[in-house]
Amino acid sequence: MNIVVCVKQVPDTATERKLRSDDKTLDRDAADGVINELCEYAVEEALRLKEAHGGEVTVLTMGPDKASDTIRKALAMGADKAVHLVDDALHGSDALGTSYALAQTLKKIGFDLVVLGSESTDARTGVLAAMLAERLGVPQLTFANKVEVDPSAAKAGSGGSIAIQRVTDYGYDRVEASLPAVVSVVEKINEPRYPSFKGIMAAKKKPVEKLGVADAEIDASQVGLANSWSEVADFAAAPPRAAGTIVKDEGDGGAKTADFLASKKFV
Amino acid sequence: MSEILVLVEHVEGQVKKVTLELLTLARKLGTPSAVWAGPGYSPEAKARLAEHGAEKIYVADSADVNDYVVAPKAELLAQLVSEKSPAAVFVAATAEAKEIAGRLAIKIDSGVLTDVVGVEDGLVADQSIFGGGVNVRSRVTKGTPIVAVRPNATPVEAAAGAGAEEQVSVAVSETARSARIVERVKEEKGARPELTEAAIVVSGGRGVGSAENFSIIEKLADSLGAAVGASRAATDAGWYPHQFQVGQTGKTVSPQLYIAAGISGAIQHRAGMQTAKTIVAINKDPEAPIFELADFGVVGDLNQVVPQLTDEVAKRK
Repeated sequence: MNIVVCVKQVPDTATERKLRSDDKTLDRDAADGVINELCEYAVEEALRLKEAHGGEVTVLTMGPDKASDTIRKALAMGADKAVHLVDDALHGSDALGTSYALAQTLKKIGFDLVVLGSESTDARTGVLAAMLAERLGVPQLTFANKVEVDPSAAKAGSGGSIAIQRVTDYGYDRVEASLPAVVSVVEKINEPRYPSFKGIMAAKKKPVEKLGVADAEIDASQVGLANSWSEVADFAAAPPRAAGTIVKDEGDGGAKTADFLASKKFV
Repeated sequence: MSEILVLVEHVEGQVKKVTLELLTLARKLGTPSAVWAGPGYSPEAKARLAEHGAEKIYVADSADVNDYVVAPKAELLAQLVSEKSPAAVFVAATAEAKEIAGRLAIKIDSGVLTDVVGVEDGLVADQSIFGGGVNVRSRVTKGTPIVAVRPNATPVEAAAGAGAEEQVSVAVSETARSARIVERVKEEKGARPELTEAAIVVSGGRGVGSAENFSIIEKLADSLGAAVGASRAATDAGWYPHQFQVGQTGKTVSPQLYIAAGISGAIQHRAGMQTAKTIVAINKDPEAPIFELADFGVVGDLNQVVPQLTDEVAKRK
């Protein structure tokens, strides 16, 4: 089974994240770049599916040169090879542009299963997997907390079957489909492994193919900041919340809190 | 005024509060038309939508729309956009509706804005990003704007609308039938409101100390008619189910009142609750960063403060 796992480098949420004042895009130099947390669950799930059913795991990322750190992390966890979509023309692409660029690349490199994290910690739109399914015309199996692939069918390369548990507000939906498909995973689907020393060393020798916009047959008029479907009009640091009243509990903390809630008409 | 489509959120035939919020918001910017997708439509639902300003109600209540993941609803909206040429499409910023919005955006070649907390004239949307650290105003520049608005962003106001019903038949494509829902499993959640929609959320964290002790959080929540949330520390420890996790990798909530008990307020948690209107914190550590956000805070043992608060709330009812 040919599994492609899409990963994203995001600014470390433990550092201060900013937008650039010039073009209002993410300031990638202001914060350390790390692999998006939910992507680690996606890589782990891809590796588990490969271990159970055979095949190959390819890491795909779109991002600037420094996103290669994120590729290495996924390779060190055990992925076999990587494709790095990197081109200045992609800078500032919104979700529509990003999904288009990734879909074009996926069509070019081929896949039985695409696995993603359900959301990134920077943009947090949570729409990319659905958009990829739409663009690729394949089943959307998103917000999975459990993934099962039918091994007999999967080995045939096409026509394999897949089922997931899709997390919902009330519990979960059991969803069935045929491969190829797009899956997004939620936290807690698994426990991502730490790269071993051996894995880290091996990752340095694994092939990473760099593709530009032309290589992936991406129409440059559909990507990049200038061609986005939306724009940031302006932005500002959120004003600090007005300092609140902090009291020390002297046996009446609950009552004082109730007074506060009453003053705000919550009780 | 120009028509704005509002995708109705409903569960077991009941219109959810967020839809009334969206209708209220849409009324300020145009003329709202409600779009009902899936089974369960009833005269009660119609009345509720009309009472909140729906001039038209497009009804596509075939089971087909509901039996496959997301795609049929995107096809329905795309069909309506093409037939009615609305000024905008509003959906709730729930996980599923955002996915519908995403697929719709591709179908109709239009921009989409997610997790919006307010919409101004000219369909300029307010968003709060980076865990609440930055406020952004953005707009769609191509096509029909698709806007996913967070629950609790708009206070509900009733206003009579005509509620003129129009049946819509949607031919769900083969592609949209590719991910079939074969079973819906409902997990026990009791009578509490849904976490992302609740007007009040009471969350417990590391300071709660054990699964058993979450009962004091639940009791406070029940006294206020609130939903229960948990920090990642609490869900990772197995004290409370993961689906109730509030934070960066869990749910984002934007309630009128958020009470954080035994939660330090790390960025991972703040990202999920910072847009709450009023924040109350109870924590024994006076240095906990949650107090920087709190409108009211108590430095003390939650085992003392929370039960006392529950009693006081009950007394004042």
